[in-house]
Amino acid sequence: MDAVLHQVLAGLATGGIYASLALALVMIYQSTQLVNFAQGEMAMFATYFAWSLINAGVPYWPAFFLTVIFAFVLGVVIERVIIRPVENAPVLAVVAVFIALLVILNSVTGWIYTYTIKPFPSPFPAEPIFGKYMSAHEAGAIGVTLVVLLALYAFFRFTPLGLALRAAAQNPESARLVGIRVGWMLALGWGLAAAIGGVAGMMVAPIVYLDPNMMGGVLLYAFAAALVGGIDNPGGAVFGGFLVGVLENVLGAFVIGNELKLAVALVLIIGVLVVRPSGFFGKVFVTRV
Amino acid sequence: MTRRQLIPIAVLLLVACALPLLVSDYRVFQFNLVLVYAIALLGLNLLTGYNGQISLGHGAFYAIGAYCAAILMDKYGVPYWATLPVAGAVCLLAGFLFGLPALRLEGLYLALATFALGVSLPSLLKYHHLEKWTGGVQGIVIAKPEPPAFFSSMGLTINPDQWLYYFTLAVAIVMFLLAWNILRGRIGRAMVAIRDQHIAAEAMGVNTAMVKSLAFGVSAMYTGVAGALGAIAIQYVAPDSFNIFLSIVFLVGIVIGGLASISGAIYGALFIQFVPNIADDISRAAPWAIFGIFLIGFVYLMPMGIAGAVRMGLARMQRKAQNK
Repeated sequence: MDAVLHQVLAGLATGGIYASLALALVMIYQSTQLVNFAQGEMAMFATYFAWSLINAGVPYWPAFFLTVIFAFVLGVVIERVIIRPVENAPVLAVVAVFIALLVILNSVTGWIYTYTIKPFPSPFPAEPIFGKYMSAHEAGAIGVTLVVLLALYAFFRFTPLGLALRAAAQNPESARLVGIRVGWMLALGWGLAAAIGGVAGMMVAPIVYLDPNMMGGVLLYAFAAALVGGIDNPGGAVFGGFLVGVLENVLGAFVIGNELKLAVALVLIIGVLVVRPSGFFGKVFVTRV
Repeated sequence: MTRRQLIPIAVLLLVACALPLLVSDYRVFQFNLVLVYAIALLGLNLLTGYNGQISLGHGAFYAIGAYCAAILMDKYGVPYWATLPVAGAVCLLAGFLFGLPALRLEGLYLALATFALGVSLPSLLKYHHLEKWTGGVQGIVIAKPEPPAFFSSMGLTINPDQWLYYFTLAVAIVMFLLAWNILRGRIGRAMVAIRDQHIAAEAMGVNTAMVKSLAFGVSAMYTGVAGALGAIAIQYVAPDSFNIFLSIVFLVGIVIGGLASISGAIYGALFIQFVPNIADDISRAAPWAIFGIFLIGFVYLMPMGIAGAVRMGLARMQRKAQNK
């Protein structure tokens, strides 16, 4: 029983990270109906930026917030410069651009920082809390995720800018008519998504270590999480994240073994897409022919 | 086929046949891989270029083909040439089965599902219950096929690299002819019709579900045969050589070579084989950076790829010649 509880708690911790990245995917999907294949690599790039700062002697938390700002700017610039020209292009062109972005970020990071695996510090103490069930980092990661979620909720619910962003995503034409600059709102959405991704990257790096390919698996779980929850529903993405985290850990530890953990994500993704493409909480769309 | 189309093909074949006699063994090996990639790209192009179904996971079918060949040769002593039909058949079935759920997915979602397949495949290949056959993380080493004794009895000297090149060339020619025949026939037109206007195609009586799953199966078969040929040429298979980046290389190949173009597969294969070779001198990351930049560049500036540019250039030259 102890072992199960341990796995569930560990699953909640990684689930929080998946939830953050899934939230980043949902943010971009909501405003553009695109799935960002480069989300993981953007997070990885931001995490390397944090590593450079910390190595240069900046204390953890200032480095953390500087990285969030850096990721935000990175997201805005990528939307403005690279995504904008293919906004209305065929799906294949958009997918190709996302994949190109993934490859470029991955190789540039490898070029600058080499492919050797680096340790990444955690801001939380090393000793376990809650008895032996959970490390402080896992508890901290859950805490950080919840803070990010609350901050986002407050931003979208209570600020005029948040309202404008929601309007631009829901109905671009009408939003434009009332004077919202829809193009910039999209860029802002990308910036926010990149910033959330950056947080996820910094939280997962102490667990998986820093390496240009570290986000490959995480991105897959985040896709699964976003789809399970419904890809247009932020709350659903968070629920999906925690669910996928727990499933992955419990199944990996007791049922199928660690090697097949990624297959859980594959099965979830294909299963959800085939059986219920709108996920648990997504809107069902009916297309008129 | 008109005479104007036949001449460049004849020249290309002549060059391809003469090549092993002119260049070093290592180059022969590289050109062998170009042919392998050309078959794989042709397969992906049948699906993505002609049928409009995006696959970011074709590395998986390449891997299945490669493992089929390696396991049959290593564990069951099957001769290398006999592994190709098996690899093709297994991948045809695997692709067809994957194509069935893929029917319900369009555009981005299909890309997502195949991306998941590509990312998770290496870990499936490492699965320890399959280790008996797959060799786990270590992979499988296979012997290099010797040229048949027929040549030495004729008094001709031919080394294994050259022999393998000619063998791959023969397979490639058959595969290209087959693709050309599929595409100009009823099924090929149905594939293109589904890509451009799937509702209209269905109204015209095209069995969309069947054609789409068949396209997936045939495409996987091409890539699987290429995988088997690649494994025989490299003489080694291991899970980590079939990661998501292999699938991405294929995508780069068809976009740069030219979508919905048979000759594009050859341009794309040359690009993905030789550009990394040149760029490797700069840095280990350089080939990937170049792939990424070229991919974006082609999407923005030359969406028809090299094949499209060649076609346009030829048409312009022709117009000039007529105006004179």
